[in-house]
Amino acid sequence: MSETHSHSASYVRREMLPQQDPPALQTGAVKWLRENLFSGWLNTILTILSIFVVYWVLAHILPWMLGGIWTADSLTECREIRDQLYGEGGREVACWAVLVDRWHQLLFGFYPDDSYWRPILSLIVFGAAVAPVLYESVSRKLLLLTPLAPFIIFWLLWGGTIWGPLAVLAGFVLGWAVFRFGEPVIGSLGATLAAILVPILYWLFAAGPIASGLSSALPIGIESVPSDDFGGFMLALVIGIAGIVLSLPLGIVLALGRQSDLFIVNKFSVIFIEVIRGVPLIVWLFTASLLLNYFLPPGTNFDLMLRVIIMVTLFSSAYIAEVVRGGLAALPRGQYEGADSLGLDYWQSMRLVILPQALKISIPGIVSTFIGLFKDTTLVVFIGLLDPIGFSNSIRASTDWNGVYWELFIFIGLCFFICCFSMSRYSQFLERKLRTDHR
Amino acid sequence: MATITDPPSEGFRLSQLLYDTRYRSMTIQVIAFILIMSGLWWLANNTVQNLAALGKDFDFGFLSNRAGYDINQRLIEYSNNSTHGRAALVGILNTLLVAVLGCICATIIGIFAGVLRLSKNWIVARLMTVYVEGFRNIPLLLWIIVIFAVMTESAPQPRDFRENGSASMILFDSVAVTNRGIFIPKVVFTRSLGGNEVHTIEEAAPDAEEEAPRAAVGVYGSSRIATGGAGGSSNDDAAVSARDDDSASGVSREEGEIIPTSSGTDWVLILGVLLASVVGARFISRWATARQEATGIRPKGAGWMQIGLIVLPVVAVLIALGATLEYPSLQGFNFGGGIQLRNSLIALWFALSLYTGAFIAEIVRAGILSVSKGQTEAAFALGLRPSRTMNLVILPQALRVIVPPLISQYLNLTKNSSLAIAVGYMDVRSTLGGITINQTGRELEGMLLLGLFYLATSLVISGAMNLYNNSVKLKER
Repeated sequence: MSETHSHSASYVRREMLPQQDPPALQTGAVKWLRENLFSGWLNTILTILSIFVVYWVLAHILPWMLGGIWTADSLTECREIRDQLYGEGGREVACWAVLVDRWHQLLFGFYPDDSYWRPILSLIVFGAAVAPVLYESVSRKLLLLTPLAPFIIFWLLWGGTIWGPLAVLAGFVLGWAVFRFGEPVIGSLGATLAAILVPILYWLFAAGPIASGLSSALPIGIESVPSDDFGGFMLALVIGIAGIVLSLPLGIVLALGRQSDLFIVNKFSVIFIEVIRGVPLIVWLFTASLLLNYFLPPGTNFDLMLRVIIMVTLFSSAYIAEVVRGGLAALPRGQYEGADSLGLDYWQSMRLVILPQALKISIPGIVSTFIGLFKDTTLVVFIGLLDPIGFSNSIRASTDWNGVYWELFIFIGLCFFICCFSMSRYSQFLERKLRTDHR
Repeated sequence: MATITDPPSEGFRLSQLLYDTRYRSMTIQVIAFILIMSGLWWLANNTVQNLAALGKDFDFGFLSNRAGYDINQRLIEYSNNSTHGRAALVGILNTLLVAVLGCICATIIGIFAGVLRLSKNWIVARLMTVYVEGFRNIPLLLWIIVIFAVMTESAPQPRDFRENGSASMILFDSVAVTNRGIFIPKVVFTRSLGGNEVHTIEEAAPDAEEEAPRAAVGVYGSSRIATGGAGGSSNDDAAVSARDDDSASGVSREEGEIIPTSSGTDWVLILGVLLASVVGARFISRWATARQEATGIRPKGAGWMQIGLIVLPVVAVLIALGATLEYPSLQGFNFGGGIQLRNSLIALWFALSLYTGAFIAEIVRAGILSVSKGQTEAAFALGLRPSRTMNLVILPQALRVIVPPLISQYLNLTKNSSLAIAVGYMDVRSTLGGITINQTGRELEGMLLLGLFYLATSLVISGAMNLYNNSVKLKER
């Protein structure tokens, strides 16, 4: 080669060489493996260790789960079927039959069988009511349902006459009407006070008689279900959702109180928040079940579930207050001064300028507080409410299913995981949507 | 001409209370104060009426009464003849024990998981994501119960450890993992400061008799609380009686042999010596740094001097006390000797550590990500090696972001330790807030003390956090 062209070959190459494939180690899967899994001795050890762990876990769990037995009436029967299938002393398999047998308890507790459509319908109503709040693309007309949803859900779940929730709802309408028509006459301050006082008086003295009068005149209602029959995952959802919905506004008010210049309001908020946060929820729940009777007028006694909802709400509102306070403190001073210089009063500046920004900053914290609240609903098992974990204990206490552990735990864990994980994914989605800085 | 508007010359009008910003805040505060005070008065009044109706008084005297129940897990001397106050103290120490153990373990797990989640290694990062998301999204209570069930259901029984049994002890026959807990060796001293007993046949017998009834009460006393929880801890309690008997009778010994024991004084001495040597090591390090700053050369062997100063005195004290290890061994139906870590403690400790570790991992990850990449690049440009970059540049800046939420996780862990109720671990909620309240009927006082304990703990921890925050805060001018 070199001989033939030696006289005419130029110093610089004139023709392009055909393109060659990159070295085998630098392409495709091999390159990815080399860079991501085997880039150094430490990484190689970690990779091998991880693969071993994954293999070990899957090798133990997959056959156990996939070979599970779905039709049996008791654990003994399950084991007989297993011995028939895999031989005596063969492999261990799951007994999913316990879920087939008891799923209704784990999900609905002792709620009457023929009324399962009610909690399911409530869940659908709830979904429809929060959808327009959570997603902008959903029709705005659904927003009309949102304020009504609490009353509909309450009536669906607890049942009884329809006039009770309607009479309570009428109080809100009354307050709105007083404000709307009173404002031109007695000024906005007087109208606000009246709009607070009139409904309270109405609820205290008029709502009860009106509801009972109407229900005796026109009995419309569905079968009433007492709180004691609530249980399972439905109980966790009811307590969790009620706590979440109620604690957000309360937490925001507490955060504003803690940032306030008013000495007494400020100190009261600080003491409230610190005392609530300083003591574990379980102590508060015991306080609710043991001590609340001491603090109320003699002779009053109300629903344990309602007490739990109140306690859970107060507890998580203190945490939300701290999260929102962080958001308020993170806002630059100029935002407050800008709002003031526009001539907005305190509530206007909070509503239009400060809170939208502060809440946006605190979304991750607020949602993780919600997730914590939802997980903490399992603690109600200690004061005698039958949540899924409570039911897993009582299912195991029955002779049929004595000795079933993992199947129940996996089912309960999966239910909670789905709810909490979707909440955290939603908060990430919201963060991305609301991000206004340039990236 | 410009005229200055005179301020309104009229006197004070009542409407100024609402419409004049000078007075309005006072009005609001007075109204709020009245409302809050009347609310509190209403609560207090109800309480007084209710207490009177029940014929109860408000009195903390019950704390000095005899408790009458036994506690299987204790760090200080306690028997059912002790007072309720001492039972509460035992509970407080148990709470602090599991909290401290959990915090240490959770920090280690969290740092590893957080760093590994940022690793470029795809499979490791995914594995850590699965761990973090799994633990963050499933209730802690479920994890505690699951780990407790794993311990009691899957671990071998003590009888499997016999000759030809299916199980064997691990780590050179020193640790036994059984369904009654984990048995680990115990450090004992042949020249204990608390005094050693010399083994005689006559002496051993009454000892065992004295121990037996106490242990028997322990079984009943503890099974009563276990009913509230996940159950299944009754066989755990049976282990107490067996173990107490064993430790009293001990391994078969020669007549006249010294029985090694350990007393609180020994441990106080060892801890004191250790503390003094650490302080000394700090001085050496400060001296070495001063020399380095003055001369540019770090004195040779300063590191070895520090290690020696910490290790040698402790080793000397241990030898002087005649420290030996007492190994657990199978005696009858259960293990004897050594220290028994009960399933309740293990389950609570592991669950708290893994659960809080998942949260700490996220905090560590966020902290490391918060240090901008320019810092790493600048450190590399200065010629620092990756390890020194991490130690001298990244970590000090990341720590400022990591520590405040980390301490709030420690607080959460301490409060979550009250979930001990699920596995029958005797923490302060189970002693003071559980059995004591049930026995004396003093709900109001008991819950008040319990709340105050948790409140004080969290105020102390958050106070420490504020001190630290102020010391590492960026000093801006």
